[in-house]
Amino acid sequence: MTAPRTVPLYRLAHGRTGDKGDRSNISVIAWHPALWPLLVDQLTPEVVAQQFAHRRPSAVQRFLLPRLCAMNFVLDGVLDGGVNDALNLDTHGKALSFLLMELQVQVPEALMPHLAGPPGG
Amino acid sequence: MSPAPRPALLIGCAAGFSGDRTDAAGPVVSTLIARLAAGPAGQRAFLIFETLAERTLALAQLRRRVDPEAGYEPLLDAMLRPVLRRCLQHGIRIVGNFGAANPEAAARHVLRLARELGLQAPRVAVVHGDDARGTAAMALLEGEIGGRVNTQAVVSANAYIGAEPIAAALDAGADVVVCGRVADPSLAVGPAMSHFGWAANDWQRLGRATMVGHLLECGTQVTGGYFADPGYKDVPGLANLGYPIAEIDAEGRCTIGKADGTGGYVTEQTVKEQLLYEVHDPAAYLTPDVTADISDATVRQVGPDRVALEGVTGHARTSHYKVNVCHEGGWLAEGEISYAGPRAEARARLAAEVLRQRLPRLQLRADLIGVSSIFGDDGGQLLSAQAAGDGRDVRLRVAAAHANRAEAEKLLHEVTALYTCGPAGGGGVRTTITSRLNTVSCLLPRDVVPTGFSFVTEAA
Repeated sequence: MTAPRTVPLYRLAHGRTGDKGDRSNISVIAWHPALWPLLVDQLTPEVVAQQFAHRRPSAVQRFLLPRLCAMNFVLDGVLDGGVNDALNLDTHGKALSFLLMELQVQVPEALMPHLAGPPGG
Repeated sequence: MSPAPRPALLIGCAAGFSGDRTDAAGPVVSTLIARLAAGPAGQRAFLIFETLAERTLALAQLRRRVDPEAGYEPLLDAMLRPVLRRCLQHGIRIVGNFGAANPEAAARHVLRLARELGLQAPRVAVVHGDDARGTAAMALLEGEIGGRVNTQAVVSANAYIGAEPIAAALDAGADVVVCGRVADPSLAVGPAMSHFGWAANDWQRLGRATMVGHLLECGTQVTGGYFADPGYKDVPGLANLGYPIAEIDAEGRCTIGKADGTGGYVTEQTVKEQLLYEVHDPAAYLTPDVTADISDATVRQVGPDRVALEGVTGHARTSHYKVNVCHEGGWLAEGEISYAGPRAEARARLAAEVLRQRLPRLQLRADLIGVSSIFGDDGGQLLSAQAAGDGRDVRLRVAAAHANRAEAEKLLHEVTALYTCGPAGGGGVRTTITSRLNTVSCLLPRDVVPTGFSFVTEAA
């Protein structure tokens, strides 16, 4: 049996960021239902909190929507105060789903055909 | 035998924020007219406009301070002029929150526009009650926010009110309903409540209609806008995106589609992304109308550019309204300078260090555009953890906020001085200073925020 491959999350899922005040929500939606269990196993709130550690989230919650093969992360305190208070350029944190999508995920060889995009993309 | 259910209601959306494309409504209205002509007897259609983001209303309030007849959506004329005649001729009623800080003036503008176009005056209703600066509400608000905000500096305080006054205005015969701050999904819930005669505590149907409104409220974000990602999500016709049209049945279930002959697409993926957009707990999406629940929702492609949303439900609404309070927030100073060629990144990092040493009393945020400028934090933790690389085309951007304008302006002077006093080869300095509005949110009991509607009859 071959070892799982390491690939970026964006080959397994897509998502979008929303914001309310200093709170960001990031959806993660599996490209294929076969990939959903991998996301549930590997994309834990702890892993996500680590990816955003430099923004010092005060809380990271994960909500599962298995019928949509989707999950929703809610990150508190990661927007430097939110759209009106922040000093950064992307005050809404619109790009943050792509920070999450850079996470590395282990994918068994058998599921590789379900990945999106060009290999190594 | 019970009467046959009313035919599905059509709701098109032609704006997702203040500043959205003003040529959006034309194709939506053409499609609505075509579908009404081909549809069953008794079918009705609405056109909604959502133009208020979290901060838009405070900016509108500032405009109204300068001009008492201003403070509504600046693009209102450009949005409505191309379609008002056809909407009125075909019985397509219009609901929008383009009233912003001055719904009465917006209503007068609509009447003036109708007169200019030679149309019979439409019945224009204004929804009120969202402005929470009245005495009773303000006394409570001061208790809620007093510790966080100088209440003397409050620019606007608006409750997110719900669909009931919209439905009441439509029941009374309004052709156009002008709102200020209402919850975005309520723009669709109001028409559905009025059309189907739903009760204000019909939680299941209101929950479903709320999620329809949620899918529509950001305009093209459900039809391929904000979605394209080459190689992964290739959206056709991105330059000519079609705005969404929903069909809601008497149970509140919906199919989401888009205007005919336009670009973009509606797929399970676009609908899922928008369904979760700005949602926190999927089992409890809170609006003034209902607590909507999408934890068992499904989406299903039922045709080209047609996706059905099912499995949404709803629970009792909360006893409070969310209120956004905007207040004066001092000044934001931003300065930028570019470095290019060998060691450009090192020179840009050195320039940032010079600014820090020159301005020890200002909390500076520094970004290296081209190296790290978006994912980073105000404290610069990410940037300093990243070893200096060999970025060859780098723009240093520095920002600081201060209550005092003169203090904030010091940053602009120091960035400008980098021309001659900073590292080699710096160029293209730009500096800006802008006044800031900050917001805090709190909750007010419903009974201190009375809502209603009235008709406006005099054109501006």
